[in-house]
Amino acid sequence: MDTESTYSGYSYYSGRSRGSHRHGERSRDRHKSRSKDSRSEKSVTINTPPAEPLLGDLAVRGEQVQDDNWGETTTAVTGTSEHSLSQEDIVRITKDLEDSVGLDCRRYFTLTLAVILGLLVFLTPLAFLVLPHLLWPEKLQSCGTACEGLFISVAFKLLILLLAVWALFFRQPRAGLPRVFVFRALLTVLVLLFVVSYWLFYGVRILDSQDENYQGIVQYAVSLVDALLFIHYLAIVLLELRQLQPCFSVCVTRSTDGEMRHYNLGQLSIQRAALAILEHYYCDFPVHNPALLSASKSRAAKHLAGLKVYNVDGEFPAGPAEGPGNNAAAGLAHSQSRAMIAAAARRRDTSHNELYYEEAEHERRVRKRKARLVVAVEEAFTHIKRMQEEEQKKAPGDVMDPREAAQAIFPSMARALQKYLRTTKQQHCHSMESIQQHLAFCITNNMTPKAFLESYLTPGPTLQYSRDHWLARQWTLSSEASVTSGLKDGTVFLLKCVDFSLVVTTKKIPYIQMSEEYIDPKSHKFVLRLQSETSV
Amino acid sequence: MTSMPGQPVTAVVQRIEIQKLRQADNLILGFSIGGGIDQDPGQNPFSKDKTDKGIYVTRITPEGPAHEAGLRMGDKILQVNGWDMTMMTHDQARKRLTKKNEDVVRLLVTRKSLEEAVKQSMGSGPRQEHCGTPSNHKLMH
Repeated sequence: MDTESTYSGYSYYSGRSRGSHRHGERSRDRHKSRSKDSRSEKSVTINTPPAEPLLGDLAVRGEQVQDDNWGETTTAVTGTSEHSLSQEDIVRITKDLEDSVGLDCRRYFTLTLAVILGLLVFLTPLAFLVLPHLLWPEKLQSCGTACEGLFISVAFKLLILLLAVWALFFRQPRAGLPRVFVFRALLTVLVLLFVVSYWLFYGVRILDSQDENYQGIVQYAVSLVDALLFIHYLAIVLLELRQLQPCFSVCVTRSTDGEMRHYNLGQLSIQRAALAILEHYYCDFPVHNPALLSASKSRAAKHLAGLKVYNVDGEFPAGPAEGPGNNAAAGLAHSQSRAMIAAAARRRDTSHNELYYEEAEHERRVRKRKARLVVAVEEAFTHIKRMQEEEQKKAPGDVMDPREAAQAIFPSMARALQKYLRTTKQQHCHSMESIQQHLAFCITNNMTPKAFLESYLTPGPTLQYSRDHWLARQWTLSSEASVTSGLKDGTVFLLKCVDFSLVVTTKKIPYIQMSEEYIDPKSHKFVLRLQSETSV
Repeated sequence: MTSMPGQPVTAVVQRIEIQKLRQADNLILGFSIGGGIDQDPGQNPFSKDKTDKGIYVTRITPEGPAHEAGLRMGDKILQVNGWDMTMMTHDQARKRLTKKNEDVVRLLVTRKSLEEAVKQSMGSGPRQEHCGTPSNHKLMH
């Protein structure tokens, strides 16, 4: 009954700008750098984060044709530049514009279809009961007591059916999925067939022959409503109950930093499994922080910059040469890579040393800043004391509400907190406003300084942060199998968003054979094992 | 040494005669024993076979009567004054060794080095017929 389109978090907030709020101060730089990016799209290296088709085609085409001017027109894109962020914004905005139009059309279409079918289904039993009275009232037998009792039963069953169908099918959808819900479509077809066949029978055997046995007609209508309730029961089992029993264990890995979680899912189609995984993702995975990846990217750039192999003779010998000719071309490539590897091994590479000392230094710095922060916050909290009820009436002097109290003690800890956030590269996740709000919240609820600090010391799940962080997301499901097919052992699919992707692998939960062993409570007996030594 | 209960035990043994020393009111021999059929054989550090529940010498006081008589740490005591020690509880063994009316105890002990010495001397040639102090002794049970 519902066909949903691509998942976009913008269903409620389509009016807002989707730019990166967290980089508000860099918006000027974004506009400047866009012109540069169009040049860099000509030949793009692998270490640019967004691998969207918008850039990918150009990259492939660019590398195949090596013209002589490629040195002049290439811009090397490193991972730490602002350019990479603005490219993400372009991609994101383009995608959103494409999809928001399609989204509304599909949703309204399916909604109308569902409403029409629902009306048809509800009005059919009523029509069955009312039509004889309208068409041949004089021939109709009067309705006895049993027959009128059946009216009540029809009424209540229709009411229950109405509520149940609303509960199952007509509530607010949580997400938009790429393809039609197979089970819902099948159920729609089933219901349609069912109702049509009942109408056929009614039309041929009752309307044409103008049957006078009204009780039989009422019982016929009751049987229709019963059958519809059974179909609804089937719908509940197929749509809700079947997926509750865990059958598969999925392993979700984030591609940027390797965060891994495992979940148990029931028998679902791939798209519904993806939806369940995304809901868990927002609660369980620590927030994606691109600033933490810059160190490994700079190391990778250094490796690439170390040794370059140039082919000064031009392109490889092309042409239909078989045998020794082809081998020569392949051999040339092999020998080049071997030469590179050998040279890299011989070179004295001390980057591991640097990494070790850098990490030790960073650890020390973080701990020092954390110690200062903890002390500052604890001291700040001692300046605030909650006033009791009696004191409030007596001394109306310097009374503050939580927000003012937070603003009063915030300056004493602001510097230490800012330094700590800078060291752990979290400063873009928290704004001053949000910190003060959190402080007021903690003061209101009598939390200790440690409770206040906990959300800054460790990166929490994405839901913990401001809405911009998790509303600005559109996910693409990419899989080799059809997304409406069910999960199987060994299914692998990807959930891509602009900054990273989640790799999901499935494993079937094995069949567990359990046997029992009875232990008699009296069978717990012990002996003393001695080893004594006696001197004689 | 085999460890099947009820089977005859074959071993190369040494006879040791210890004179008890009088100290205050007691007669002491100057060593400590461990093991016994009521003890845990797995904790015995001296036995080759960890199911052997025999009586072993665990400590020797230096310059004591046992040390001077030639007893060494790790020896397994097979007989005391003719009484068998291979199937004794710890307490029974202690009682046999500390009888107040005996001044002297004659032990039959065995140790690993005895067997090796015999093998060496037998292997060096058929010329040597008997090989010093250790004597072959078969015990039938």
